[in-house]
Amino acid sequence: MIALLARDLSLAFRAGGGFGLGLAFFLLVVVLVPLGVGPDSAILAAIAPGVLWVGALLASLLSLDRIFALDHEDGSLDLLATAPLPLEGVVAIKALAHWLVTGLALTLAAPLLAVLLNLPAPGYPWLLLSLAVGTPALSVIGAFGASLTIGLRRGGLLLSLLVLPLYVPTLVFGAEVVRRGATGLAPATPLALLAAITAGSLALLPFAAAAAIRVNLR
Amino acid sequence: MRLSRRVLPWIAALAGLSLGIGLIWGFFFTPDDYKQGSTVKILFIHVPAAMMAINAWIMMLVTSLIWVIRRHHVSALAARAAAPAGLVFTLIALVTGALWGQPMWNTWWEWDPRLTSFLILLLFYLGYIALWSAIEDPETAADLTGILCVVGSVFAVMSRYAVKFWNQGLHQDSTILKVGEKDPLDVAYYVPLVICLVGFVLFFILIVLLRTRMLIRARRLIALEARERLG
Repeated sequence: MIALLARDLSLAFRAGGGFGLGLAFFLLVVVLVPLGVGPDSAILAAIAPGVLWVGALLASLLSLDRIFALDHEDGSLDLLATAPLPLEGVVAIKALAHWLVTGLALTLAAPLLAVLLNLPAPGYPWLLLSLAVGTPALSVIGAFGASLTIGLRRGGLLLSLLVLPLYVPTLVFGAEVVRRGATGLAPATPLALLAAITAGSLALLPFAAAAAIRVNLR
Repeated sequence: MRLSRRVLPWIAALAGLSLGIGLIWGFFFTPDDYKQGSTVKILFIHVPAAMMAINAWIMMLVTSLIWVIRRHHVSALAARAAAPAGLVFTLIALVTGALWGQPMWNTWWEWDPRLTSFLILLLFYLGYIALWSAIEDPETAADLTGILCVVGSVFAVMSRYAVKFWNQGLHQDSTILKVGEKDPLDVAYYVPLVICLVGFVLFFILIVLLRTRMLIRARRLIALEARERLG
């Protein structure tokens, strides 16, 4: 499992691995929003939680199709499926690698970009916390979506159509945590629900994804 | 197939009859509401369409589970047949809701929990149909869409409760089951509404049967062609 994780990580960090791409996309979204909305700092402060969460979500969407597609093309997915490691474990490790490359990086970069959007000061810890808790769910749900579209020639667009509705609860609760934190309300309830979504998808979705991969490799 | 062929005309006739009676009664023989005027008559399309949009998804969930567990081919095709019907019912509910909301709430669209969850349901239908049409091998497509339907149901329910976190919203609660409580639906509306509901259910069954027969025939055709190529 650790070998697989190390392999996926080193592949992601090499040229064309898509590590910097997600971060750059996140930066671009955050820069483009004030250009479109206008530089009024009160408006920006009000929409900052939502924009940061949508940006993080889109950035993690960007590299989803790489989770399984490349391994499927060169045949290593067949090897992984016949390896002694259960396929559910493979899915979980791949989702973890995706999260380390995108979700964790986005979480660490988000406070810097929040400055650009004039997020109120009390919101910062909640932004970090909600992204740290919520982005693993994005990676696992994304791995599930990617497992459905493995065999397709142009799966990327279909993948986003399948995955985005599944992202809705995570997005709503995540942005709600930051909004409540930034305006001084108690963010505990949405945070707990966000954590529940992450825990639930971590527990169940690898099984669904592994089932989909088995169907695709049949 | 044989049973469905014999049943089809009856269902078609009953659906047409109850839809005709319900809608005509609803549109022309019910009083105007004292606050809403004649816009209240949108009720007779809006409510049944919204209910069928959800029921169609539930039916797809059940048939998908039957396919995944028992591998009954007709079941998978029935789920596929129901998806576009559900999509159209969702669209009808959204459009009539917008037309109704404009004079009543003075807005076409409001990010209200009920409205939002229907929009998300629409996205689920789109994704489901897109996945069916994207995969060539029918058995793989049936398996994958079955998995998607099961997982999607869970997330659709979660989205429903997630968006409730914004606020209560403009849309009222359902009054259909509130008979005997305060603020019930008036009997003058109740009877034609129930007839409309029956009509929509029959209409849905009719479409699913027709489309399932069509899909079964399409698959037989493919099998025949394949046999001809071999022989």
